[in-house]
Amino acid sequence: MNIVVLLAIAAGLIALRFLKPNSLAWSSATWVAVYVFLRYGVVPPVPASVLTMFMFIITLSLAVYLTTTEDRLKEVSNAFVSFFTDKKYTIPLVVALIGLPFIVAFRVYQNLTQLPDPPVVGRTIHPPPPATITFKGRQVDLVDEDNPYRELETSDPTAFAEHVSNGRLVYYQNCVKCHGDNMVGDGLFARGFNPIPANFQDPTTIAMLQESYLFWRIAKGAPGLPVESTPWSSAMPAWETFLSEEDIWDVILFMYDFTDQRPRAKEVHE
Amino acid sequence: MPETRLRKLFNPWKSSSVNERPWEPTELRPRNRHPFRLCYLPICAAILLAVAIVGILALPAGASPQEALQDAANPDYRPFPIVGSRVAMWVVAQLHLMFAAFVLAVPMFALIIEIIGYVTKDKRYDDLAYEFTKLLSVSFSFTATLGAMLTFMLFILYPRVATYMVSIFSWTFFPYVFLFFLEALFLYSYYYGWGKFSPKVHLALGVCLNIVGTAIMFIADAWLTFMNTPNGISETGALVSLPDAINNFIWMPINIHRLIANMAFGGSIAAAYGAYKFLGAKTEEEKAHYDWMGYIGNFIAISALLPLPFAGYYLGKEIYAYSQSLGITLMGGTFSWLFIIQAILIGNLFLAANYYLWVSMERIEGAERFRRFIKYLLASVTITFIVWATPHSLVATVEEARQMGGAHHPMLGVLGVMSAKNTAVNVMILTTYISFLLYRRGNKEAIVPWAKTGNRVQFAIFAVTILFVIFLGVYGYFVEARVRIALSVPQVLAVLTAMISVTAIDIFMFKNAKKTGEIKWGQMPDRAQYALFFIALTFAWTMGLMGYVRAGMRQHWHVFGVLQDTSPDAFTPTLGFASNVISVTVLIFFLFISIVFWLSGLSGKKPWEPKAVDAVRSAESVGTERAVEAPE
Repeated sequence: MNIVVLLAIAAGLIALRFLKPNSLAWSSATWVAVYVFLRYGVVPPVPASVLTMFMFIITLSLAVYLTTTEDRLKEVSNAFVSFFTDKKYTIPLVVALIGLPFIVAFRVYQNLTQLPDPPVVGRTIHPPPPATITFKGRQVDLVDEDNPYRELETSDPTAFAEHVSNGRLVYYQNCVKCHGDNMVGDGLFARGFNPIPANFQDPTTIAMLQESYLFWRIAKGAPGLPVESTPWSSAMPAWETFLSEEDIWDVILFMYDFTDQRPRAKEVHE
Repeated sequence: MPETRLRKLFNPWKSSSVNERPWEPTELRPRNRHPFRLCYLPICAAILLAVAIVGILALPAGASPQEALQDAANPDYRPFPIVGSRVAMWVVAQLHLMFAAFVLAVPMFALIIEIIGYVTKDKRYDDLAYEFTKLLSVSFSFTATLGAMLTFMLFILYPRVATYMVSIFSWTFFPYVFLFFLEALFLYSYYYGWGKFSPKVHLALGVCLNIVGTAIMFIADAWLTFMNTPNGISETGALVSLPDAINNFIWMPINIHRLIANMAFGGSIAAAYGAYKFLGAKTEEEKAHYDWMGYIGNFIAISALLPLPFAGYYLGKEIYAYSQSLGITLMGGTFSWLFIIQAILIGNLFLAANYYLWVSMERIEGAERFRRFIKYLLASVTITFIVWATPHSLVATVEEARQMGGAHHPMLGVLGVMSAKNTAVNVMILTTYISFLLYRRGNKEAIVPWAKTGNRVQFAIFAVTILFVIFLGVYGYFVEARVRIALSVPQVLAVLTAMISVTAIDIFMFKNAKKTGEIKWGQMPDRAQYALFFIALTFAWTMGLMGYVRAGMRQHWHVFGVLQDTSPDAFTPTLGFASNVISVTVLIFFLFISIVFWLSGLSGKKPWEPKAVDAVRSAESVGTERAVEAPE
């Protein structure tokens, strides 16, 4: 968060209070303050799509505020009527009437002359997995099958630690170059991809998924993504070509162990 | 010709039986509640239209004889002209569902209001219940017609799906039809019998109507939920156990969700009817009545809306329990964007509901003292609305994504998961409840000696509940995903406990309270009525959206994992296309419901009478010299 912007907004609003503005001016100032905060006060900047949505909500709320009571509604409508009819506002009115089309025209000019951007894509991070996959000739049931080594965590901690250790080896031999040594998706090759590799430390990635889901993603990689959800942008190789089934389950154990997260448990039908 | 005969000549549909004095209790004098037979005209028109459409459908669109022969040989799918089979089925199914929801919901709250009227002996409630019931007659016919259309279209356009569903559920069709007959019997006897039976008999009819209506919905729910989470079948898809097929994973969650959602939807439509009548009211008395009707309808809608998210969580949980794949498609995959749209719609609903309450306080003498709280309540609704609508994976340009380091914003990303959203919705519900509490207290002042303490206790309950809800929300980030979702249960329970306990305290605190003024029913700004329209429209749109989500999450399956969709429509449409179809469906629904409103309004109109000149001519033609008084 940019503290300087935040302080500037606070100072502006406090200064405005001394001018005792009417409800309309106060609401307009609030709208501008929120916009400036979201546009320049949040680091990294809020994407334009989200900013538009937030400003829509703020606009709606301010409209509600201005029309809730009869007195406030009158105050607002009187301000508009006065602006359009009062002689003392002639110059600002002329400026507004001429200026507004110019602002629109300038925006159009800006849009038409800026360098073309690739289209904005709403990427879905978690594509739905199939019910079953075939791994080296064996059918793996992604709905009912669990990590076969997870139960060792309680029944045989030593054996479990060995599997985690093997998973560490697998990770640092194969995954680290893209997903990074801290699993935040900042490996050596990461900046070369679009989108960049997943950040496993983020509590909204692997922590929201069952282990069988990870098995599917690792085993089948980008080529195994579902057809109905294409186009997908992923450079993930299909690791079934290079790793054994045990290696994949082990690396999954390690990923959860390293990030101190738990896999999503299966829901129980009630 | 005697005047009565003359009148009868010009008003032939006013049967003599209608003029018979109905049974009436001593305290409730029913007004002239004759059924309006004009309603049969649009019903007949609708049936003719349905038959015509089905007739067109029966002919393969633009098919040559050779193509028709080929179609007959391979009848998995048949095309529908212009919009295609899927869109046609989609629109008709959604329209049927909307009318069905309305027809099932209205008897529920009409009965409750009638019971209140019976217990309190307040005629206003009885009148209001009847006013709601008036909307049922035509709506029921629309529902049945659309249901017939849906069935015909399923058999004509999707014969393979229809055949498979029949192979599973054929034995449920018979009780369904039987119950439908009973529904018609109870509905029309409930409506036409208003004031003609003893109140207890009439209330019993209302109870039967609700039981039968609910049973019909439960049967239909079994069919559609089976398509999402098929159960009770062998690996080849053959039926093994009908009870298991009915009681599939999401059958009961959908039943519960629909029961509540129907109430919310029905209440909002009834409120919109009140608003429509309010705006057209000529007298202060009419305005007061329809203002009250709009208020009650909205109260029902919002009361039902409050527990709805929790029924939704139960449904989502069972979807995950059935298949991780379905769950992810729904909440984290392709369809997750639709939940952002849903969040915006529901946020709008809460905002509009609060707005209506705040504007309503304008007509309460003494409520001015609560105005200063409105901005804080609005701030709470706005912030929680923003949190609820924040997506998890953001739509971003390449540059924006690079600045964020992925599709998740480091600050906003945390707002995109269930912990934040559960917290937001709970706080939003509490805020709406506080708005209602202030509205309720508008013209009252507690005079009990413990009033100050009572207020403090209420404040403490709110504070503790909000802190507890926020604590659980934050705690959710540090636990496993399934536990995180499960935390919504204590959050909900805390909110419900708070609402119940605060209401209980309020009832005792404001018993025999001093009145600071009157509620001036009818003195409501028009913009509040438009808020009611907005709420009804948003409910309908949300219903259309979530209907699409439920059906669409099967993606390229008719019956998930069992019967694959091999038609040319076996793809997920874009969000924009889906939104357009939903919007058009909602528009058609409101066109139809406007017809319902208009027809329902006819019953209150004065009987048709001849214009003076025509009447004189008529009188002359039958050889009478009697002067005919001019109608008003």
